[in-house]
Amino acid sequence: MLDCGMHMGFNDDRRFPDFSYITQNGRLTDFLDCVIISHFHLDHCGALPYFSEMVGYDGPIYMTHPTQAICPILLEDYRKIAVDKKGEANFFTSQMIKDCMKKVVAVHLHQTVQVDDELEIKAYYAGHVLGAAMFQIKVGSESVVYTGDYNMTPDRHLGAAWIDRCRPNLLITESTYATTIRDSKRCRERDFLKKVHETVERGGKVLIPVFALGRAQELCILLETFWERMNLKVPIYFSTGLTEKANHYYKLFITWTNQKIRKTFVQRNMFEFKHIKAFDRAFADNPGPMVVFATPGMLHAGQSLQIFRKWAGNEKNMVIMPGYCVQGTVGHKILSGQRKLEMEGRQVLEVKMQVEYMSFSAHADAKGIMQLVGQAEPENVLLVHGEAKKMEFLRQKIEQEFRVSCYMPANGETVTLPTSPNIPVGISLGLLKREMAQGLLPETKKPRLLHGTLIMKDSNLRLVSSEQALKELGLAEHQLRFTCRVHLQDTRKEQETALRVYSHLKSTSLMAR
Amino acid sequence: MAAHLKKRVYEEFTKVVQQQEEIATKKLRLTKPSKSAALHIDLCKATSPADALQYLLQFARKPVEAESVEGVVRILLEHYYKENDPSVRLKIASLLGLLSKTAGFSPDCIMDDAINILQNEKSHQVLAQLLDTLLAIGTKLPENQAIQSRLVDVACKHLTDTSHGVRNKCLQLLGNLGSLEKSVTKDAEGLTARDVQKIIGDYFSDQDPRVRTAAIKAMLQLHERGLKLHQAIYNQACKLLADDYEQVRSAAVQLIWVISQLYPESIVPIPSSNEEIRLVDDAFGKICHMVSDGSWVVRVQAAKLLGSMEQVSSHFLEQTLDKKLMSDLRRKRTAHERAKELYSSGEFSSGRKWGDDAPKEEIDTGAVNLIESGACGAFVHGLEDEMYEVRIAAVEALCMLAQSSPSFAEKCLDFLVDMFNDEIEEVRLQSIHTMRKISNNITLREDQLDTVLAVLEDSSRDIREALHELLCCTNVSTKEGIHLALVELLKNLSKYPTDRDSIWKCLKYLGSRHPTLVLPLVPELLSIHPFFDTAEPDMDDPAYIAVLVLIFNAAKTCPTMPALFSDHTFRHYAYLRDSLSHLVPALRLPGRKLVSSSVSPNITPHEDPSQQFLQQSLERVYSLQHLDPQGAQELLEFTIRDLQRLGELQSELAGVADFSATYLRCQLLLIKALQEKLWNVAAPLYLKQSDLASAAAKQIMEETYKMEFMYSGVENKQVVIIHHMRLQAKALQLIVTARTTRGVDPLFEMCEKFLQEVDFFQRCFIADLPHLQDSFVDKLLDLMPRLMTSKPAEVVKILQTMLRQSTFLHLPLPEQIHKASATIIEPAGESDNPLRFTSGLVVALDVDATLEHVQDPQSTVKVQVLYPDGQAQMIHPKPADFRNPGPGRYRLITQVYLSHTAWTEPCQVEVRLLLAYNSNARIPKSPWIEGGEGSPQVETSIEGTIPFSKPVKVYIMPKPARR
Repeated sequence: MLDCGMHMGFNDDRRFPDFSYITQNGRLTDFLDCVIISHFHLDHCGALPYFSEMVGYDGPIYMTHPTQAICPILLEDYRKIAVDKKGEANFFTSQMIKDCMKKVVAVHLHQTVQVDDELEIKAYYAGHVLGAAMFQIKVGSESVVYTGDYNMTPDRHLGAAWIDRCRPNLLITESTYATTIRDSKRCRERDFLKKVHETVERGGKVLIPVFALGRAQELCILLETFWERMNLKVPIYFSTGLTEKANHYYKLFITWTNQKIRKTFVQRNMFEFKHIKAFDRAFADNPGPMVVFATPGMLHAGQSLQIFRKWAGNEKNMVIMPGYCVQGTVGHKILSGQRKLEMEGRQVLEVKMQVEYMSFSAHADAKGIMQLVGQAEPENVLLVHGEAKKMEFLRQKIEQEFRVSCYMPANGETVTLPTSPNIPVGISLGLLKREMAQGLLPETKKPRLLHGTLIMKDSNLRLVSSEQALKELGLAEHQLRFTCRVHLQDTRKEQETALRVYSHLKSTSLMAR
Repeated sequence: MAAHLKKRVYEEFTKVVQQQEEIATKKLRLTKPSKSAALHIDLCKATSPADALQYLLQFARKPVEAESVEGVVRILLEHYYKENDPSVRLKIASLLGLLSKTAGFSPDCIMDDAINILQNEKSHQVLAQLLDTLLAIGTKLPENQAIQSRLVDVACKHLTDTSHGVRNKCLQLLGNLGSLEKSVTKDAEGLTARDVQKIIGDYFSDQDPRVRTAAIKAMLQLHERGLKLHQAIYNQACKLLADDYEQVRSAAVQLIWVISQLYPESIVPIPSSNEEIRLVDDAFGKICHMVSDGSWVVRVQAAKLLGSMEQVSSHFLEQTLDKKLMSDLRRKRTAHERAKELYSSGEFSSGRKWGDDAPKEEIDTGAVNLIESGACGAFVHGLEDEMYEVRIAAVEALCMLAQSSPSFAEKCLDFLVDMFNDEIEEVRLQSIHTMRKISNNITLREDQLDTVLAVLEDSSRDIREALHELLCCTNVSTKEGIHLALVELLKNLSKYPTDRDSIWKCLKYLGSRHPTLVLPLVPELLSIHPFFDTAEPDMDDPAYIAVLVLIFNAAKTCPTMPALFSDHTFRHYAYLRDSLSHLVPALRLPGRKLVSSSVSPNITPHEDPSQQFLQQSLERVYSLQHLDPQGAQELLEFTIRDLQRLGELQSELAGVADFSATYLRCQLLLIKALQEKLWNVAAPLYLKQSDLASAAAKQIMEETYKMEFMYSGVENKQVVIIHHMRLQAKALQLIVTARTTRGVDPLFEMCEKFLQEVDFFQRCFIADLPHLQDSFVDKLLDLMPRLMTSKPAEVVKILQTMLRQSTFLHLPLPEQIHKASATIIEPAGESDNPLRFTSGLVVALDVDATLEHVQDPQSTVKVQVLYPDGQAQMIHPKPADFRNPGPGRYRLITQVYLSHTAWTEPCQVEVRLLLAYNSNARIPKSPWIEGGEGSPQVETSIEGTIPFSKPVKVYIMPKPARR
């Protein structure tokens, strides 16, 4: 099973997958050899404790080391919000998360893990978030590559996804941005920095609502290095919480970050921020310029909203939304240009501060997806994760450019792929030697015809010479003789006729020669 | 026991070698058999292969003389035939290769044996090693056609070997020895010679990637040796671009590049269509495609090569910056395009709105090409690569292409400006330098200038200074742009006061390039009010000086500007013209005379006369021979004075003038010394005066070292003359010493030494001797046999007469000659506050200096610190402390650590820069000197230092440590 995510939009049973599709009845462990988790985002691992503890699964769960470290933090955080804040029953407990994590087997990049006698898996770097991986799953000579989410353009803290030319039978790739080609990251970064810098120089305050993990770290690094370069002294704060714990892991998993961080961590670990300090509620009222990262990212609740309300009235201040906002949230409203917001208790909040939007997304765009397909050279491609209409466009493009078949199954749809697996056959040495003696030396890597008998016994196949096959199977050799009868009308004696026919045949054969 | 024996053998051997240095070659011959014999004994004694291997390893550590190589080889071969163990055979084979490389040994006699044993060898590794040996032999004998073709035959025979190592070596052999001229070889041999390229080409599809790589490398080797590759290879190479292995792809990219340079204009068809394009364009497209390869090694390689493909058509070139954006299948404009539009619509710096970048028109789904065929977007990818090596390579390539195509330069500007924000400093620096190099072709838009100027706040000094250099030569389009630049530079100045000089210099050029844009800004900059007099600004404020530098330089070509100046501006002008004359030009001000009209900055029309003047005065001096001593001296003195003055006036001729003046001064000193009366009188009476002569000799020596090492562009013919002058000085020294010292022993030694030096001179400059007709050395060499045998006193007498009779040698002037110079910018030496530190501890002193025309400063430039007690300390700066901002210019930014015991009051130490030299460095090496290891030239190598900057005084105060 690839990934075990949850749906963030639902609050009932629909948020977890219906695992009875797999089993009908019976235990999951009997049906699944292993579970592979690509990265720690909840839509890829959120249902894991439910699946392993509540439904019941005892097999191995594979994920990379950073994912293994950060995943339980996020699950615990999610559980707290669902159970403690919303008071939901029938939810997994902290103990279940712990038990579930005990079943995890961590893998390194490019390490080939033998799951059982036949199945082996191998992880490749995927960018996207810390510890995100693509997995190659291989049985015999047939293989599948599952990408999870990936990013083909490097950013401030992670490198680009990379895979070798493994030529899998099937490549399962995400296609979130199937119809988008993005601009260079540099322009966006420069804009972002310029905006922040100008506001701070004016003496204004900058609010950046973020989600705790992923983009937040990228933006932190971006600002931190900029502060370092420009020798700025204005304070930057990060609202505390689970970020601190997660940041700790970012410091540890240096090998998973990009070239710059890897090269310089000996002098200084880039995640040990010099300019970024923990935020305290009281700081929001401090005079003078500052930059604050606060959660959550859509300004719908929590600390970010509180700070926003405090600062909205001053036109010197600025809020920068680094990502997408769902309709109905304050974030979406201000981005669509609304300047007067109704808050609870019929209060009206006038927004005088500047509102900026910057998209920092870590999914591969259409070009990136094509690039990965080009790198891996698969025989078939399967698109998941995206809107059908957009995926249709990408599907056509892939079929057109690479001349491989591409599928985009709907939920519940089964795709059957024809493959041509290699079947190893043992050949007897005698036969081989005889063959070599006959012809020239065999040319390497070129197919070649030879005569022999294929014996299929039990599950093994052997190629032997026909004599040996007869001997082994205890069969007598049959000779097939083709005869036919010809009527001749001749008056002469038998012998004479025979002689004539013979001489005639002889002369014709001579002539033919 | 064996080890002990061996040790004895070696002991004996080394002892003999020591003797060999003193006494001639005869003993040397005796040692030869002993070496090979020792080896023979060792190998016979060896009981196991491991033992034998050990002996061979030990043997390999010592060099073998050319004469004994053959014997050693025979013994090795003998053992080779007997040996069963492949590892020992391998070692012997490799030793054979090593030995055949020995200088002075002709390896053709080994070849037959090597080929013989090759035929019987079974082990693949040994085979490969033997082929390597053959390669060494082949490269040693490049002229011998027969041997070469025979080796090629051998290589072809073993190409079908099953081991990749053997095939590798065969291909290497073919690449290095495959014959170049088909016509020369006879038909019989021609068979192999003719299709070397085809044979190698066949191995492009070998099953082993290492062999494929070797095949491509062999092909490249053929190209390097001057063989013209066939165009047919191009298609084969293109196929290899899709290879699974990175080393193959990397080599293939190189090969394609080579072919594209060989056949740029031939036409190739585009597969799957009927069109045809130029080969160089096709290759460019293919290499561009490799910029998005999976392996970064290949990406770097591809990006680098792109830069040197200048013949590519502009249509393809511009595609490399092209990237079509889309969002949900609708066309989107890039940020660059948006910025340009905003700018042209006059609505600069509008706030960004949500949906500002909303996609516009729908895109036809069929027309979108997601995988770029060819050049599309290569640089966009390269500049965004995750490895900084690739990014740097891409920036370099952009630079080279932009220099050859102005329209491309205009287009790549946006991308370069973007690179100013890279996370790695090297990349930022590189892109700034690149921008400077192409700045002649471009004009910065205001929004681009804005981004560029934002980098001025960078905390890295290198980046800021590079940016100042860039601003020196950028074209700005509007007066707002100038204003913006000035404001940002002043901000930079207040934030980093150490940038003062660099910023002033930057503003100087900015002003002189854009006089018309500065003009409307003048009232605002000088805060002139039409009715009121404003307060006079502080003359010592660096920011105010910066503004004045900008304005005065603009005023040079803008005569209407001075009319706007107020009174104090004129006063400040006069002050600055004196104090910062290198930044403030001479202005034609109303009511004032041009201060130094004689030195017009307009040099071109004057150039020829002054050059002529230089030539003439030198010509005059060389007729010196015919003058009486007194007249000669005077003439020399006048000419030296003239030359010095000329050097001051004409900066381009300064190098030549100084160089010749120094030479003339040497001659003058020599003449003066010979004029001394002491020569006529008995020695002891004139001790004091002989002091003068020996001082002259010393000074001549010093000056000659300066001439040899302080000037860049000195050629061999000058070196000869300089050495000749030095030889004369040495002769003078010898004579003076002979006159003043008693006793024969020291004199004997000196004579010996001098004769050795003459000998050395003759050996080094044997080719130039014909030019030295009638000179001191010429005469000396004529008398050499006599000198060798005669007594010191006699030698001195001969020398003395010869010195007087010898002619003055004409010094040919080199084309380009520059005197090395250095200026210490920091410490400035003005401070009255002593640098206090606790005695016994160290204090770091920042030293910042510019060096000009210094060759290889990393190894030659030293910092010297002189303490008041006469103690001198020499510091070698780290190689990384030298930056290279332009050709011939270096910048030394380093820290010097000072320390001393406690003083009672502050005192000054002197800091200066020294140029270290080694007299061996310049001497052309004759082949036989290279050959031997311990050649006898060691004693003639003299190391020394020449101070080449003005000393700077630093006030320091080591305090006693508190208890």
